[in-house]
Amino acid sequence: MEDRETIIGLEIHCQLNTKSKMFCGCSTDFRDNEPNTHTCPVCLGLPGSMPMVNKRAIEFALKVGKALNCTIREESEFSRKNYFYPDLNKAYQITQYDKPLAEWGKLLIDGDNGEKEVKITRIHLEEDPGRSVHMGTTDRGKYTLVDYNRAGIPLIEIVTEPDLRSPKEARKFLNKLRATLEYLNVFDSEKEGSLRVDANISIKGSERVEVKNISSYKGVEKALTFEVTRQRNLLRRGQPIARETRHFVETRGITTSSRSKEEENDYRYFPEPDLLPLRVSSWVESIELPELPDARRERFIRQYGVSAEHAKTLTGGLKLAEFYESVAPADPALAATWTADYLLGELNYRDFTIDAMPEDLFRELIKLIKSNAITDKSAVEILRIILDEVKEGKGPEHPQAIVDRLGLAKSSEDLVMKMVEEVVAEQPAAVADYYAGKMQALNFLVGQVMKKCRGRADPGHLNTLLKELLDKKV
Amino acid sequence: MVTAEDVRKVAKLADVGIDDSEIAEFTRQCSGVLEYFEILDTLDQNQQLYRERYNILREDEVTPSLSQEESLQNAGQTEKGFFKAPRVM
Amino acid sequence: MAKILSFTPDDSVHAFLTTIPEVTYGEGPLSGVTVAVKDNISTKGIETTCASKILKGYIPPYDAHVVALLKDAGAAIVGKTNMDEFGMGTTTENSAFGPTLNPLDKNRVPGGSSGGSAAAVASGLCDVAIGSDTGGSIRCPAAFCGIVGLKPTYGRVSRYGLIAYANSLEQIGPMARDVKTLSRLYSVIAGHDPRDATTVNKPYSHEPSANIEGLKIGIVEEFFGEGVNPRVAEVVKEALATLESLGAVVKSYTMPSMKYALSAYYVTCTSEASSNLARFDGVRYGPGLDSAKSWHDAYSEQRKEGFGKEVRRRIILGTFSLAAGYYGRYYQKAQTARQMVRDDFERIFRDVDVIAGPTMPDIAFRLGEKSDPLQMYLADILTVPANLAGVPAISVPCGKIDSMPVGLQIIGKYFDDEKIIDTAFAFEQEGV
Repeated sequence: MEDRETIIGLEIHCQLNTKSKMFCGCSTDFRDNEPNTHTCPVCLGLPGSMPMVNKRAIEFALKVGKALNCTIREESEFSRKNYFYPDLNKAYQITQYDKPLAEWGKLLIDGDNGEKEVKITRIHLEEDPGRSVHMGTTDRGKYTLVDYNRAGIPLIEIVTEPDLRSPKEARKFLNKLRATLEYLNVFDSEKEGSLRVDANISIKGSERVEVKNISSYKGVEKALTFEVTRQRNLLRRGQPIARETRHFVETRGITTSSRSKEEENDYRYFPEPDLLPLRVSSWVESIELPELPDARRERFIRQYGVSAEHAKTLTGGLKLAEFYESVAPADPALAATWTADYLLGELNYRDFTIDAMPEDLFRELIKLIKSNAITDKSAVEILRIILDEVKEGKGPEHPQAIVDRLGLAKSSEDLVMKMVEEVVAEQPAAVADYYAGKMQALNFLVGQVMKKCRGRADPGHLNTLLKELLDKKV
Repeated sequence: MVTAEDVRKVAKLADVGIDDSEIAEFTRQCSGVLEYFEILDTLDQNQQLYRERYNILREDEVTPSLSQEESLQNAGQTEKGFFKAPRVM
Repeated sequence: MAKILSFTPDDSVHAFLTTIPEVTYGEGPLSGVTVAVKDNISTKGIETTCASKILKGYIPPYDAHVVALLKDAGAAIVGKTNMDEFGMGTTTENSAFGPTLNPLDKNRVPGGSSGGSAAAVASGLCDVAIGSDTGGSIRCPAAFCGIVGLKPTYGRVSRYGLIAYANSLEQIGPMARDVKTLSRLYSVIAGHDPRDATTVNKPYSHEPSANIEGLKIGIVEEFFGEGVNPRVAEVVKEALATLESLGAVVKSYTMPSMKYALSAYYVTCTSEASSNLARFDGVRYGPGLDSAKSWHDAYSEQRKEGFGKEVRRRIILGTFSLAAGYYGRYYQKAQTARQMVRDDFERIFRDVDVIAGPTMPDIAFRLGEKSDPLQMYLADILTVPANLAGVPAISVPCGKIDSMPVGLQIIGKYFDDEKIIDTAFAFEQEGV
């Protein structure tokens, strides 16, 4: 039973970053605004109002379709999905049903067993509902507050085939998808709730469970890992898995049963009579795709000589890749190491995105490292100071100013010591001779250091340093 | 032929309240009408309605929204700028 | 300069739900013309109820496109007219606020669903009116009240602000006592609206012409068949003879799709209505919900209290038509039938310029005469084909039976509203 496969398919809802809503001219920039201020007769669902399709939303969805190698349908159309919920402004959602915009695509990911193709079933357009806030505690005292600012934000729903085999693969797929959407500039991953995931998960041969309401990238792997364990435990105990819909409770990292499939709504889909069909398959030819993550990764290896691992990390998000390209001229290799291995960790620790690090300061830091003016240890300290200053809302100091303020400049002593160490490492034969009691070997080593620093050291002092180092090693 | 049970189920799906006292009448009337509709099922094609016009779109331009006051003006109950609705959980 | 007129009609037929005692109006082609607007068309700041309790007190924060156009043309909007609740009816008896009476015989209905608009015009309470026609709702009351009513080609008038009953079928249209006035009103409300995707850019600026020499008129046999009062058929045939005497040529056709038309119509309109009317949940407008109850309980209670029986019946019929297990049998097949109706019209219109026949199978019913829903639906059989196909149709008075008017229906090709208006005008000029 343990070797029975885990089967996962995802449905990803992603908000498109158009200026106006899907079917009306209200602004999509609502996040810091009072409730019900980005609303009009259309997105409030007032009687008599009519939807009108935002052309840019179609163009964005087509871009995604092209990037995911989909076939664009000759004719697609909008349908109504009928169900009742307070935040659903018209008591139906305008979506696409049997004629979605795009079908049959694929996305290459770095799977559990090497590169893997995940098939995309369909991509369709729809509108976001409003937002419900559940209030009150006692049963009769409970009520719902509704804000329609979000109602009508354009969404694409991307549905995959059940091609994923582990929660980790699901996370990798999402990361790749997110990067792709970012590169296409159709989506802002930093906006709260801009990407939501439903997952279908089963253990081969058993019933399928749908997990809804996963609203963060990190949540997906967590929710699926919980679900795999739960389902495998049930099977181990010989209990059946119920075909049902479960909700992910992010705060507790668990899924809970919400309703069984039998009770599932009959959505009574039918074509939206107020909108006409789309015939946009020919538009894709004129869509120029930007460089996508895979291509950029290859270019980073080629152009900057970075390792495959670093290239993958650095192209994993649009802003990160752009950041790297802006700091790389200082020294591509150092910039790659310091971005991928140090900066990202520090950002993660503080829950920061790459935006937090001013490019000019980072470039200056790389230059200081490159010129040997500071030690690696000091560089990390400077990085932390800058990010902490950003966190406190202060204007961050320049690295050189921090170096001066804290006296982090490498003394000449540091430099000389470094060269002494290098020579000892480079001349194992002379070192062996020294240990064998041949004192000329020490003179030879002093000479080598003198050569390295082009005569800018005191030979007597070097003699002492070398002796100390070599004697310590015994 | 639809039964009282069918009507009850559909009334629930439509969330349109029907009193028990009305069920018999609704069932009889709906049965009659749905029977009349049966003639459609004698058609064997499932032809889609042809729509000549397509790609009627608007540019992505922001137009003014209503004010919060205007948005809420017809609401039965509001609270702090929100519409107030019954509990759903 | 805004002008003011006072409007205090002696509304003995209950044509109006709301009247505006002091109406301001401006300059323009309709300056000072008094217009009544059906109560399913949104008027900013004026209660708009669709004759339903569920919208009692609802004040739209915006004007329907046609209302804005009327105001721009200087029209004086004097009030909102009674109707069958949400447009669902053929008599205006299904109003939550009581029926409208026929001005020609107060024991009879004015027809529906735009019965208030027709009665207001027929009794001279206002100059013209705006109605909406989903399956005959302008033409039927025009015929029953002895006035002229036009259902324009689908897409010629914006529906933005018309509270939807069945979006794919309905159009807003003009109603008047004579064709020329109707034409004037139509020229103001027709045209493209960027907020209604189904409108086309075909403005109307036609001067009716009575010359119909050589006009080819098609007669559809089924329009004179079973269910049509022979006396009505007789009056209409005389009208056709009049048109022939004016130089028109009449030719007969059959329309096999007619046997599916009424079912296709009712399946489509109830399906769309079941979805359209779901938004009346009491959250954003309408009476507030009892928040001590759970959502579904409060919601279904609200709708039981707020909607009349016919509305709930049609919501249930529409929900049946769209539900899993029924969709393929009803909604989908209705679309097939609808295409057949279009194909039939297209075939006949390859030969003729217009099709003519009776508007309604009978004269105005007595109040309360039709109580069975199906019997009521059957009365729409002659008007629904134009809605299914989207073609224009006009009803013009063509005679009387027992001193009640009979309407002659003239159906035209797509976007050839001008031709049916000319035909109606030619007939009207000849006199009845």
